[in-house]
Amino acid sequence: MARMTMIEAVRSAMDVSMERDDDVVVFGEDVGYFGGVFRCTQGLQAKYGKTRCFDAPISESGIVGTAIGMAAYGLKPCVEIQFADYMYPAYDQITQEAARIRYRSNGDFTCPIVLRMPTGGGIFGGQTHSQSPEALFTHVCGLKVVVPSNPYDAKGLLIASIEDPDPVMFLEPKRLYNGPFDGHHDRPVTPWSKHELGEVPEGHYSIPIGKAEIRRPGSAVTVIAYGTMVHVALAAVEEMGVDAEVIDLRSLLPLDLDTIVQSVTKTDRCVVVHEATLTSGYGAELAALVQEHCFYHLEAPVVRVTGWDTPYPHAQEWDYFPGPGRVGRALAEVMEA
Amino acid sequence: MTEFPQLSLHVPEPAVRPGGLPDFSNVNIAKAGSVPRPEVDAASEDIRDLAYSIIRVLNRDGDAVGPWAGLLSDEELLTGLKHMMKLRAFDARMLMAQRQGKTSFYMQHLGEEAVSCAFRKALRKGDMNFPTYRQAGLLIADDYPMVEMMNQIFSNEKDPLRGRQLPIMYSSKEHGFFTISGNLATQYVQAVGWAMASAIKNDTKIAAAWIGDGSTAESDFHSALVFASTYKAPVVLNIVNNQWAISTFQGIARGGSGTFAARGLGFGIPALRVDGNDYLAVYAVSLWAAERARRNLGPTLIEYVTYRVGAHSTSDDPSAYRPKTESEAWPLGDPVLRLKKHLIVRGAWSEERHVQAEAEILDEVIQAQKQAEVHGTLHAGGKPSVRDIFEGVYAEMPAHIRRQRQKAGY
Repeated sequence: MARMTMIEAVRSAMDVSMERDDDVVVFGEDVGYFGGVFRCTQGLQAKYGKTRCFDAPISESGIVGTAIGMAAYGLKPCVEIQFADYMYPAYDQITQEAARIRYRSNGDFTCPIVLRMPTGGGIFGGQTHSQSPEALFTHVCGLKVVVPSNPYDAKGLLIASIEDPDPVMFLEPKRLYNGPFDGHHDRPVTPWSKHELGEVPEGHYSIPIGKAEIRRPGSAVTVIAYGTMVHVALAAVEEMGVDAEVIDLRSLLPLDLDTIVQSVTKTDRCVVVHEATLTSGYGAELAALVQEHCFYHLEAPVVRVTGWDTPYPHAQEWDYFPGPGRVGRALAEVMEA
Repeated sequence: MTEFPQLSLHVPEPAVRPGGLPDFSNVNIAKAGSVPRPEVDAASEDIRDLAYSIIRVLNRDGDAVGPWAGLLSDEELLTGLKHMMKLRAFDARMLMAQRQGKTSFYMQHLGEEAVSCAFRKALRKGDMNFPTYRQAGLLIADDYPMVEMMNQIFSNEKDPLRGRQLPIMYSSKEHGFFTISGNLATQYVQAVGWAMASAIKNDTKIAAAWIGDGSTAESDFHSALVFASTYKAPVVLNIVNNQWAISTFQGIARGGSGTFAARGLGFGIPALRVDGNDYLAVYAVSLWAAERARRNLGPTLIEYVTYRVGAHSTSDDPSAYRPKTESEAWPLGDPVLRLKKHLIVRGAWSEERHVQAEAEILDEVIQAQKQAEVHGTLHAGGKPSVRDIFEGVYAEMPAHIRRQRQKAGY
């Protein structure tokens, strides 16, 4: 066991995977010599050589398009999109190519690629370095979508993603890279070294994609969250003194519906939290599933706490970010109903 | 106030529209045999002229002339001729089948048969094409069974793609034919990635990318050239310039660059322009480019100058946007007739044998069609299962898709 930040954990996942499998290659903008703008690939080029970890031109459609071709050849590319906000030029390659190659060729060709991308706000990144585009991926059949909330999961899930036979969108909440940020931006950040999930095995292990984790058991209300919002939800629950069950989805597609249904049929109340915009966000899917499967248990309407339906502002970042105060008010609302 | 005049937008137009007389006088055609054949390690900047000329081997008399001639035996040329004839006969039958309602859609190659048939000959087992929808000659010339192609076209119970893809969007890894997308240009950069992978693994295989003149305007074309150039990927970058992108003439995509081949020069990629209706020239240039890739010298861009004689697809009517007689006026002739003439000039072929071969090939195509139709056509007979809708989205079916399959009753 070692203490790792989320950056070190994803780096370790790539390191372990490259060590075990010569077919794993890593590339993207600034990821080679420099090791990535968030340092996630630091040292990999020195260790594995520049044909297995290299810098790419600033062309996301080119990065993803070449990764798809490499996967068709038989490699397992794990590429970095520098910010999730930069994935749009590659959206055609992701949605109409990577996602459908297995299907349209009836398995003649497959596309085992991983696209790692820092997601979410909280770093004063403005509208082009703060987005959470997960729902743009969950709406696409053929993709898997993973959002870890801590170093232990990040490593185990990234290894599972690299070993997965299908394309995986791996969204790394950048505000969690250095610590379990709970939304209290005015307080000092707790480092991962002081958190139990910052304890990460150095070797190989994997966490199955499609399994949620209950971060806090409870009986009064179910809070469904993923990524940064897991920590925000936990803080809000403590501050409100509510006996809430907090589910960390970890994987949005496939979704661990069983864990959600078991929890909501027990608590009879549900709050869904994500940082992405509200309308047609992943929370809409979650709320719909909860009412389909738990309608006769519900004591209150499902409440969503999300970013506003506006671009992510720069100066007003903390008025946009759905922090513990907003989550707390939602908890009060469903408990009062 | 300004001293400059008001601005005006330039919108290019083809020389002639329906009702006009076809005019290709602006197409500058080099004399057969006149374009030099550089060494394969020539630098892009030293062979710039090749991006603006047209490499041709067959002259008007049917002789093979110049430095790009002399690569193929009588027997190889005869095989090439038969591949093109087979593709043409296949297209004719499938067009008819579409009109009979046996499939929803078809795209033919009429006039462009030499490009994919001759190119295939420059590749080896294990190499990979990333084709568009008009390169079925790659399969025909690799002896992929016509019955399989027809099963796919008819979306019948033996369709290797289980009814999921539009007709003619074939896939065959075994025959070096990457699954056709149907979206344009996406495959161009994927081919570069495949070639990079081959180089990463110190393999000996090469890739071939395919695109049409119109789709070179897509950003994926340009990113493909960047990646191919940067990493010197072992890939042949093919542009089939058949003059028309559905109803849009090639000048709209080409802009002011002179030729499509010239796009490669800014990337330092050797770029050649070739007579796409000349089987011998297509083969010679393809082989040159493939050899560069095999020797790790990097990518080559090839523009095949040809003409789309037929409609874009069965959903298109070209008489609405170009003169009906334009294909007859096309100065580079017909690829089948030109190779046939050459073989007769060589003393290896005759009119009688050609007529006989046509009949034999037609019979072969009809037999294949009969076999395929036993397994159904789009609206009659055997078809893929509704279950096939749900299979193969992922390697392992997730619970939500399983629930939906059950809901559908399967």
